Amino acid sequence: MKISLRRIAKSYGGQCVFRSLDFNVEFEHTLALVGPSGGGKSTLLRLLAGLELPDSGEIRIDGDLIPSDESGLRAHRQKLGVVFQAYNLFPHLTALQNIRLPLEQVHRLSAQEADSRAKQFLARFQLLNHAGKQPAQLSGGQRQRVAIARALAVDPTFLLLDEPTSALDPEMTAEVLDVIAELRTSEKPIILVTHEIGFARHTADLVALVADGGIPECSPATEFFDQPQHATTRRFLQRVLKY
Amino acid sequence: MTADFLFDRPRKPAGLFGKSFSIALLLAGYSALCWLAFSESLRNWEKVWSYRETFWNGWLTTVQISAAALVLSSLIGGATALARRSNFLPLRYTAIAYVETVRGLPLMVLVLFGFYGVANALGWQDRVSAGIVILSLFSGAYIAEMIRSGIESVGRSQWDSARAIGLTPTQTYRFVVFPQVLRQILPPLAGQFSSLIKDSSLLYIIGIPELTFAANQVNSATYSTFESFVPLGICYLLLTLPVSLWTKRLEKKTRYET
Repeated sequence: MKISLRRIAKSYGGQCVFRSLDFNVEFEHTLALVGPSGGGKSTLLRLLAGLELPDSGEIRIDGDLIPSDESGLRAHRQKLGVVFQAYNLFPHLTALQNIRLPLEQVHRLSAQEADSRAKQFLARFQLLNHAGKQPAQLSGGQRQRVAIARALAVDPTFLLLDEPTSALDPEMTAEVLDVIAELRTSEKPIILVTHEIGFARHTADLVALVADGGIPECSPATEFFDQPQHATTRRFLQRVLKY
Repeated sequence: MTADFLFDRPRKPAGLFGKSFSIALLLAGYSALCWLAFSESLRNWEKVWSYRETFWNGWLTTVQISAAALVLSSLIGGATALARRSNFLPLRYTAIAYVETVRGLPLMVLVLFGFYGVANALGWQDRVSAGIVILSLFSGAYIAEMIRSGIESVGRSQWDSARAIGLTPTQTYRFVVFPQVLRQILPPLAGQFSSLIKDSSLLYIIGIPELTFAANQVNSATYSTFESFVPLGICYLLLTLPVSLWTKRLEKKTRYET
């Protein structure tokens, strides 16, 4: 999958995140975005997801420009799967209903098709026993797995994961990371914002450092961690790997 | 000596005896109070009984007005809540002005002004339908605020998730926001409905023959004030108590974590 950003500017209420970001990258399975908080990782992900519009500049994914009108953006969002940190699921719906909602309302599957597709994905993540439960009755790890199932069930062209484990305890984190690692072998490219440095090293093809409104370094995982080229990367790795 | 059985503590819940004893105590006190207040005055039942049809018709009118206003005020409330969130400024400001004006005025002023002022000027003569609309406009302003605060309490992540899966704004409201809003506002909404039933009593000032109007009529005809107004109170309780009990049940049922 190919992503190209050209002269992207984005600010929130006077707070400038990107001034003029250029970034071109091509990868097969997983791109991990790492970096300090407030450096722009999540903003970049939200731009790619079509949840935010850049103030100026253009983004192309596999050569296609992300549109800037609302209906075009919605069509773009329908083609991909997004998982946020937490509270992805709708609390008034069961796990099964959460997965069925986009299938029926957005992708126009019949009730029967949506039901069997949703169950198939719940089964894949060992969640079939929890199909009838509401999010409040599930553990944090189960919730994130349902969210991943919902994102995958619509057969997206790629997946965007925004710190999917940052609200979980270590055990649940492992449970969710196992699922993500398994996805690597599936056909969907993944863009992952993460604080789990070890995981990024283990699973990502490419790792990009997003810091200070720029992407100073983007290289294959082993290179990124073993021979970082950029001083910012070295400083960042020193800090996060200190303990 | 301590009356330990009369206490309901988390560690030691009250038993059946304690509960029934407390209820008996309450009923005794309540009856004594009623006896003191009414024993001398409630003597004229025969005359009032002959007006039972007036009461019955008044009660029916109150039920009809309340039911119609309940539906209409919910619609007005929903529409106003959405208008308040509109990007189109004239619409948003109209909604704000409406809510603030209505909430700032006593219902009596609205009823008089609405009927003798606005409805008369429009040539709207039918008192019952005008009364229903006025009552609905009054109650709708409060319901609008409940719905608005309900919508605002739905977290940003829910809107994000809804957008991320590709729902349109209309679908987002229908499948994600309103179901959550409804669960949250059901208890205050039921309370508002109970108020609405009681507030319908003020429509007697524009001459709608509802329950309070009927009680007044019977009172003037029989000079039996208490005999006319005690049944009035009971008739309202017959309507509002079920709503209130229903609310209690809803509160238990709709509690869910987010």
